[in-house]
Amino acid sequence: MKIHEYQAKQILGEYGIPAPRGKAASTPDEAREAAEALHGKTVVKAQIHAGGRGKGGGIKPAASPDEACAAARSILGMQLVTHQTGPEGKKVRKVLVEEASAVRKELYLSLVVDRSRGKECVVFMASEAGGMDIEQVAATAPDKIVKCAVHPAVGFSPFQARKLSATLGLNAEQQKPFAEIVRNLYRLFLEKDCSLLEINPLAITEEGRLLALDTKINFDDDGLYRHPEIRELRDPDEEEPLEVAARNAAVNYIKLDGNVGCMVNGAGLAMTTMDMIKMAGGEPANFLDVGGGASAEQIEKAFRILTSDPNVKCILVNIFGGILRCDRVSAGLIQAAKNIEMRLPMVVRLQGTNVEEGRRMLQESGLRFTVADGLYEAAEKAVALVG
Amino acid sequence: MAIMLDEQSRVVVQGITGSEGSFHTRESVRLGTRVVAGVTPGKGGTALDGIPVYDRVGDAVERQQANVSGIYTPAAFTPDAIFEAIEAGIGLIVCMTEGIPVAEMIRVKQALKGSGARMIGPNCPGITTPGVGKVGFMPNFIHKQGNVGVVSRSGTLTYEMIWQLTGLGIGQSTSVGIGGDPIVGSSFIDILERFQTDPQTEAIVMIGEIGGTAEEEAAEFIRGRVTKPVVSFIAGRTAPPGRRMGHAGAIISGGKGTAEEKFKALERAGVLVEKNPAEIGRRVQEILKAKK
Repeated sequence: MKIHEYQAKQILGEYGIPAPRGKAASTPDEAREAAEALHGKTVVKAQIHAGGRGKGGGIKPAASPDEACAAARSILGMQLVTHQTGPEGKKVRKVLVEEASAVRKELYLSLVVDRSRGKECVVFMASEAGGMDIEQVAATAPDKIVKCAVHPAVGFSPFQARKLSATLGLNAEQQKPFAEIVRNLYRLFLEKDCSLLEINPLAITEEGRLLALDTKINFDDDGLYRHPEIRELRDPDEEEPLEVAARNAAVNYIKLDGNVGCMVNGAGLAMTTMDMIKMAGGEPANFLDVGGGASAEQIEKAFRILTSDPNVKCILVNIFGGILRCDRVSAGLIQAAKNIEMRLPMVVRLQGTNVEEGRRMLQESGLRFTVADGLYEAAEKAVALVG
Repeated sequence: MAIMLDEQSRVVVQGITGSEGSFHTRESVRLGTRVVAGVTPGKGGTALDGIPVYDRVGDAVERQQANVSGIYTPAAFTPDAIFEAIEAGIGLIVCMTEGIPVAEMIRVKQALKGSGARMIGPNCPGITTPGVGKVGFMPNFIHKQGNVGVVSRSGTLTYEMIWQLTGLGIGQSTSVGIGGDPIVGSSFIDILERFQTDPQTEAIVMIGEIGGTAEEEAAEFIRGRVTKPVVSFIAGRTAPPGRRMGHAGAIISGGKGTAEEKFKALERAGVLVEKNPAEIGRRVQEILKAKK
């Protein structure tokens, strides 16, 4: 799960990690009030779940509360396009107004999980090349990134802060506050079940202070059950409406740009079905895992989501009847298609126990089912149907 | 012979009285699995179809000589269930539970290190040795005893592959679902190593997917250490970056973990890479024919 910068900075504050003072605003007037409370120069920053906001015109300096108000007026409501939003951009609904900082140097500091075999630990990544996209640094100058793994049984140890601070070229005075930042970041990462915790840039100000100028926190979805306070930070406006509807229906769905809708049981088989559609010359409209059991109720929910996407011209159903027999799956498909008055053509490929009975039921249902046998054949038939 | 699950296996089911646990225990008994005990804290002294239920894994080990555990407990209680199984001296832990936080799996990996336990999963369909039985929920009808080892990160896609093999008359030595999470108890390498030394296994099918570097690590291992033929497919060529594709571990992050990278690494290691999964069974058939 992703959150906004202003929310992430509040969490940093709870952990004693220094960030500029600021406040989120939804209207130009609120932005003016926020700037007034900060006394002095401010920065007005668009709050969307994507990076590269500055280049797209989503970050503006303001010398006065009036300027902050004007900046907010121009940013709020804009369709902000960055390299991470796609060409359609994202609508800005909130800005963060925060005190401006005089920056001497920008550093990069993050924590991620190293999932590779035999390591399985949290790793700090640091670089003197702050402010840039770290993927770009990794591609062009990988030697500029230093990694420091935290042994899970030992936890954070101060030498790690010394190692990182040497990499970042910090002076003696900065080392102590830096060690505190590093220690607290590690604590935050574990306590809140983060999957990415990035401070970029970590600024050294003109006065020599360390300050988290921008930050990004992603959370492990599997950890959310034990963090109600984090779940509350979810912003449905940032998500695809169909994906929000799918989550509420406990259907695992990701919207894509194609026109062949797919409904599959199991994540691996669902990805494979998308791959097959592409291989057959079509474009998948989505990823959808209806669940291993593929109950009639879940199938109906999935159909409703698929038919809400106007791009979908045909639906490919690929179910491996394991514990649930194919005839039961067919009964569920027929029931669901009738309940929602399905108008789209459907290609159904079933495999598993009682498959013949399942296919016969589909063919005799009078609904627009095309039955397919093989995995690839099903994809070809679906692609042919969209023309 | 087969791997991991064999004639010596005596299974205890943790979470046996839950709906998933009881259903799949009965299915596994139907397949011939020797389930000797169940564990549900607070339900000790009861039984499921004559299988004694205990409060603690230690009791199941002491009284019924259980040496394999299948775990179906809810995610929030599962790390504790795993730690309990390790402490009780269980040799093989198979964890089906989905939704364990990554931070908990980091702790689990620490507990496994230096213990005598080997873990499969979490978030996996389990392990089946045809002729012996299963721990987990792969459908019973798909299997046939034979000489192909199957290892995969997914569930239904694995059934699909096994069913393809069985349909062509090709049996399996053991099928292992290692799970779809970012951190799992056993990686491809741990399973490949066993298939390589298992006299029953003649060829290996390896089904990977996007996310992480387990397939690349496996490719490196195969190049140096696996002499048996390996056929492989990777799911998720069309998956968009930065999105979690159902499985917690199936995510392309920072441009890493793409299907193309994995296909390339496997090809370089001499693996027979098949981009159309509907053809996997036939590829294996060709290999087995050529060997004879």
